[in-house]
Parts: sequence; structure tokens; C-alpha cells
Amino acid sequence: MTNTIGCIEKADVILITGSNTTENHPVISSYVKRAVTFKGARLIVVDPRRIKIADFANLWLRPNLGTDVAWLNGMMHVIIEEELYAKEYVEKRTVGFDELRRTVEKYTPDYVEAITGIPGERLVEAARMYAGAKAASILYCMGITQHTTGTDNVKSLANLAMLCGNLGIEGGGVNPLRGQNNVQGACDMGGLPDVYTGYQKVVDPEARKKMEEAWGVENLPDQPGLKVTEMLPRAHEGELKALYIVGENPLVSDPDLNHAEASLKNLDLLVVQDIFLTETARIADVVLPSACFAEKDGTFSNTERRVQRIRKALDPPGEAREDWQIICDLSGRMGYSMSYADASEIMDEIARLTPSYAGISYDRIDKVGLHWPCPTPEHPGTPILHVDMFASGKGVFYGIDWIAPAESTDEEYPLYLTTGRVLYQYHTGTMTMKSEGLVDRAPECFVEISPQDAKAYGLQDGDMVRIASRRGSIEARISVSEKAVNGTVFIPFHYAKAAANRLTNAALDPIAKIPEFKVCAVRLAKVA
Amino acid sequence: MPSEHKITINGNPLTFESGETILEVARRHSIDIPTLCFLKGATPTGACRMCVVEVAGADRLLPACATQAVDDMVVQTESPQVVEARRVILQLLMASGNHNCAIRGGDSASWTEFQLQVQQADGAEELCPVWGDCRLQDLAYRYQVTGQDMPHTEARYPMETVNPFIVRDFSRCINCGRCVQACNEIQVNNAIDFGYRSADSKIVTPGDRPLRDSDCVFCGECVQACPVGALVEKDARYVARPWEEKKVRTTCTYCGVGCQLYLHVMDDKVVRVTGVPDTPPNYGRLCVKGRFGYSFINSEERLTKPLVRKNGELQEAGWDEALDLVAQKLGSIKDAHGPDSIGVLSSARVSNEENYVIQKFARAVLKTNSVDHCARL
Repeated sequence: MTNTIGCIEKADVILITGSNTTENHPVISSYVKRAVTFKGARLIVVDPRRIKIADFANLWLRPNLGTDVAWLNGMMHVIIEEELYAKEYVEKRTVGFDELRRTVEKYTPDYVEAITGIPGERLVEAARMYAGAKAASILYCMGITQHTTGTDNVKSLANLAMLCGNLGIEGGGVNPLRGQNNVQGACDMGGLPDVYTGYQKVVDPEARKKMEEAWGVENLPDQPGLKVTEMLPRAHEGELKALYIVGENPLVSDPDLNHAEASLKNLDLLVVQDIFLTETARIADVVLPSACFAEKDGTFSNTERRVQRIRKALDPPGEAREDWQIICDLSGRMGYSMSYADASEIMDEIARLTPSYAGISYDRIDKVGLHWPCPTPEHPGTPILHVDMFASGKGVFYGIDWIAPAESTDEEYPLYLTTGRVLYQYHTGTMTMKSEGLVDRAPECFVEISPQDAKAYGLQDGDMVRIASRRGSIEARISVSEKAVNGTVFIPFHYAKAAANRLTNAALDPIAKIPEFKVCAVRLAKVA
Repeated sequence: MPSEHKITINGNPLTFESGETILEVARRHSIDIPTLCFLKGATPTGACRMCVVEVAGADRLLPACATQAVDDMVVQTESPQVVEARRVILQLLMASGNHNCAIRGGDSASWTEFQLQVQQADGAEELCPVWGDCRLQDLAYRYQVTGQDMPHTEARYPMETVNPFIVRDFSRCINCGRCVQACNEIQVNNAIDFGYRSADSKIVTPGDRPLRDSDCVFCGECVQACPVGALVEKDARYVARPWEEKKVRTTCTYCGVGCQLYLHVMDDKVVRVTGVPDTPPNYGRLCVKGRFGYSFINSEERLTKPLVRKNGELQEAGWDEALDLVAQKLGSIKDAHGPDSIGVLSSARVSNEENYVIQKFARAVLKTNSVDHCARL
């Protein structure tokens, strides 16, 4: 997030898109609901499903799946046409406005309506509402990113925010809601193929030299490695021979699971380090038992870039060990000694090598976490990014055209499928499915369908259906719901037994290499 | 610039900001005014009248939570009149329903009879499930009130136990309304409200249905707000006792909000979870997963030993065997096919320190930049 969670209550207008906030980020949703209910904020929800947070919205816009760039360009078209944009901000702090203006010129409300299905007058209303705010906050999640145009979608949100001067101010921002406890931290720590900690690039000779000196090694690889969504195809082709997986369960979370499974089985060595024997661990060659969050010291970095402590409350079960201890032990056996007295010592090494974490230590974050960038031990942290200038100087507008999703419906596969999570389960269910209470509330997979579509297919709540895409099929019960909109069904991806990802499309965004989980074409039929 | 506004509380001249209530000024200056219904972050209702104070010139006692400080106000927070008012309220509360802690006195026959009756209604052999973690008990002790001088009023509504997470025990409800405010003003789930009238008053969902058939999303904010034993975590009821628990502060392991929470640990098991109050980013709020989704930690299904595939089956092995095997195989694959034939997935589930160590291992030891995690999935 460019801004903080608390900042949401300072916004006059909140735009939520591609985030089922009340189910996936319930505590953040409470900030939104408080802002709207008690502080006079107005809420725009743009989502293909009539999700709970839409009940709190002044405006709910329903776009066709995979048409985000179009409605965003449409809003910007209106804002520029009606001269509602922040002229001084655009002039002083940004470049590329003319390119943006040229690109969005053709995105008239009528043109956008034809693509997105959003009525033109509603789009105009949303554009005026967003542009009319003193401070407007954008909250988004995987509904924006998990598309073949995920990068374009995010850049378009940034375009909109900059156009109205909403970056670098309290109550504003472009705020991705991170779905996993430490996905921010995993990125910050260099758990990415092209960067070391703090996004220092592996292709930068200076950065490489710094790490080589600090780590006492030579010849660190100088080219970016493979992204997760590229590793599996390489394994399938036999080029990737070994995969070492820590705390992930790709055999439920990856797109096109049938292909993923074949890929993993083609490896010479699969090592899985986890707290449970997950679907992925079951096919591993070696499984290493690790400690869970309650059994170790360390830090997580949350969605607002706040680095916070975790503390050991229990001993790990049996012989399970902390993940870092396992890796250090293995490293020693491979001839490179990594030895730390405790997690705090690792954080000190991180701080030495990472400008944005340089001021962070366990002493400083004992009671309240700090937002990075925090460059020195005296620095108070940075709750809001881009206040006086953008990290790279001026903010850059990108003129981006709408591109259709990779797959569309046809006679054979006439319905759209979109996937996501439910309140009572989490990701691949490894943890939540151990709770009787959570399982009681959300016991099994379902296919959410609109009342009209259910009628058209002759289906009733609870009927078992077979749902198939070009890649696979699963069986699940029908849930007739007002949340669903005609022509689009929703399936939660948590359930290995009826894994939605047997259906999803592995088509990737060309830059972020994120799969298009949010759009594919399916057909369904009642199981006799 | 320091505030110009002045107020006197218990003889101490204090400053205040305009708009502050007497309670806020007092708390900021470490003067303890007891409260029951007051919930920080929600609209003060003054409903329980526990926080009443004596204000010079006022013709009656005023609730400190709902009375704004005014220049030159003179306040007494523990005057004989205030203490007497609090004692009467506490006696009425203690005499209602099933507040069966030892504070509630009586001669030995009536005490025993009452306790036996409550334990039977409760299906328990112990005293109140929130013994030692109850604001009413604390205040009854502080003001030396037992409840025995008032006529006992019986509980009107049966206990609700039909959902997996929360027991609603109306026999211990004091109708303070904190749960209603927690639900409607803090989490804004709007699932419960006051229902029925006067003596029949009850906290209800629309239509007085059980929570599981309502809009309740089981965030448990109401449980955390309940000052008595009316709302208790089902799995912790009669299990977690504050004097046997160790509270460890940590960060939630589910989504990326990073809620600050306490793990309550007993006998090497997590027995309940509560939010850390007054602390960002969540200010005490949690969701159903963070508060109730902890069973996995102590699950029997946790991996406890390394496993190595032998003859097609995963079999238990020692750490030395497992790690030597991994080291040898990674080494030989690297030698035979080059570093780019190896990939490493670090994890959005493990700590920063661990992610750092994992990518360092991939880059410095395996010599590959093919390290990624499931941010995209």
C-alpha cells in the first residue's frame, strides 16, 4: 500500500475494485465500513460480483470480467473531458499526460459500456465522485492483478490516482491488499528472481558486488532467474530438474493443476518443507517438518509495509525445526556455512544490506511496527509513500489500451468462471481445514450461480454439477446466490477435492507472469 | 502549544483539549474512573452509569464517559455519593442472573444453594467461566459488593450454543451493550442489537435467530468486548483460566493485514486468541480466522519428522539422513545440469528472516536466481 490501513478512514471517497474485502480482509473492511457509516465517506465498488461490501456502496459498478482497463480509461476520459483532474499536480509532479489523454480519448462512456457492460451514466457518476474528492483511496486485490493484463490494470489505477492528485496524500493512495501474511516481506527480502533485498537488482553490478562481499562468495548469477509460473513449464519440459519448496502448496494454488501435477512429477528432486503433509508434499522425494508462526521469533511485513514482530509461544512439535535453521543446516552440508545465533541476528544482517530496512531492529519494533522505507535508526518510518516526490522523481502516466482476456466464452463453454476465497477458509486450506468450526461454516466447494442462470439450467440450491473448462473438470454443489451475476459463476479455490484450479487458465501476464485466475470459460451440467 | 483549558479532578488541576470527555481527561492523567459499558472507539452511551462522577454545581451525578469537560469544572471521582451510587448498581447486577463467583456472598446455606443451582444450569462443576477475567467481578471486589442484599432475579433466556465459536450465556449478560457497539460501530457487521423491552431486554439478531443463522461473521469482537461471562469462546469456556495462561504477543499468520494478537497458551497449547488493544494496525480487531482458526497449530496432523521417499513411499527418517540426501542430490544436479536446473520457492507464509536466508541460500550456494514465491497465486 502507498498509504496506511488507518488512512482509509481519512478518505472522502473510497474506490474498491477486485477485492472481496469483507471476506478476504475483514479487518480492513471494518475501516471502510466505519468511514462510510460514521465519517461521511462515499464508496464506489467495481466488481463483477455483488459482494457484501457493495451493500455499503454509494455506487456498485458491474464490469464484465477482464475489462478493467476499459472502465478505468473511461473514468479518466470523463475526468479529463470535464476538466476535473488535478491540473497543478499533473503539471508539477508527473510526465506523460498527453500520452494518457490521447489513449483515453476514444474511451467514451458509450464505448466503455459496449466493452464493460457498465451503463455510461453510472461510469460518469463514478468518475465525478472519485475526481470530486479531496482525498480518494483506491483499494484493490487479486481481482485486479490475476489477469493477463494484471500489470496494465495496476498501472491504470495508478494513472487514475495521479490524475486526481491522490498519491502522496493522507487518505489517498493506490493500495493493494496483500492476501498472505508475509507476501510483502517475501518480496522485500528478495524472494523474487530479479532482486535482492529491498528490490536491489541482480543485474546491477554494484548490488551484486555488495552481496558477494557481505556473503563472502564470488560469481553471483547476474541474470534474473525463473518466476514460479515459469518454473513449472520448465519442469514439464525437463529443463528444471530440482525444486525446493518452502511453505507453499502449488498443487492446489497453481492454475491448470493437471499440467502442474505432471510438471512436478517430472522433477528429479522435489523437496517440500512445510508444517503439514500438503497435496504437494505427498508427491515430494523429501519432506522436512518446519515450525509454524507460533513457534518462532521473527518479523512479518504487512500490506502497509509495516514490519512487525512474531514471537515464539510454543515449541515446535516433534523434531520440527524453524525454516531458517533447516536452510542453514543444509547450506553447511553443501559447504557454505551460514550461522546465526537467533532471528534477531538475521534481521541485523538484513538491515546492513537493505537501505529500506536499515533503520529497523527488534528493539525499535518491540511494541509498534515501523513502515519501510526506514533508512536510519533514527528514522520514524514512512507511512505514506510519494509525499513530496515519487521514488523515481516524476510520476509517469502510461497510455494503456484495453486488451481482452485470454479466453472467452463460446458455444461449447458458454459461462465465465471467476475464482477467489471465502471468509472461513484460507488459500489452499492447509491451516483452516484443521479447524472444526471453520469447516462447519464452509465445509465444501460450491459453484455460485445467479438465480436466473440456475433457472435456465434447471438447477436448485445444493444440486451437484460437473463443471468443465478446456483443461479439466470438477464436481461441486450449486449455490444459488444474489452475489452472482448472470453469465458468470464463482468457485472458491480452497478445496483440493474439487480444485477450481483444475479449470483455470495458466495464461500469464507478460510482465508479472501472474496467471489469469479471474477469467476462464466453462460449461456446467447437472450430475445425475 | 499546550492547552489553555483547565479542569480540577480530585483536587488536581489538569488541562484538557476541547471536546474531551471527563473520562478521557481522567484516563490521560492516569486517574482511574471505572467503566462497564464504555467502549473505546464507539459512541459513549452512559447506559451503565458505573462511571458517574460528582461535578460541583450539578444537581445529580454525571456519567464521565458522556460528559464533556468544561473550563473550571471541579470533579470528584470517588466521593462517598459516587461510591454509594456505584455500589447500588453493582449490587443489582450481581443479584441478577448467574454471577456465580465467590465474590457473591451470603450465608453458607444460601451460597451453596445458589452455586449448585447455577452449576446445574451451566452443566459445569466450576465457578463462572470468566472468573478472574471479569470487569463486574473486579468492580464488585473493588467496591466490596456481594449482591446478597438484593432480591435475586432469575435468568430469562436459555444459553445459545449452536454455533462452533461463541457461547451466548444470557444468564450472565448485564445488558451493557458493549457487544452491540463492537458489532455495529467497531466492526460494522450490524448483526446484533437490543431487543424486547425493559426487564425482558435481550441482545438479539434480527428475528432473534441464533448467530449462525444471522449476518454474524464470527469475528468475535463482541466476545472481546464483553466485560462479563455472557459471551465466551466456546473452546476456551472452562478451559482457559487467566492465572494458568501465558499471553504471547505476535502477528496473525493469515492475510496481509498483520493484525496484532495475543496467543493465550496453556500446557503448550493455544487455548484462545485475542486482539491487542490500542495498537495499529488492527486496534484489537480480528476476524474469524485470526481469532478462531488456531487449531492447526496443535493439530495431530503436523509433520514431526523428516520423510524420505523409499521404494515409492514416504518414510520417516532422521534429519542427518534427510538433509545429507538433499545436499548430495542438489549438488549432483547442479554439477550435471548447471545452477539453472534448480528452482527454489520461498514463502509468503514464513518470516522475513527466513525468506532472507532462503534467497541467500539459492543465490550464494546454489548460484541461481530462480527463487520466487506465490505472490502471484
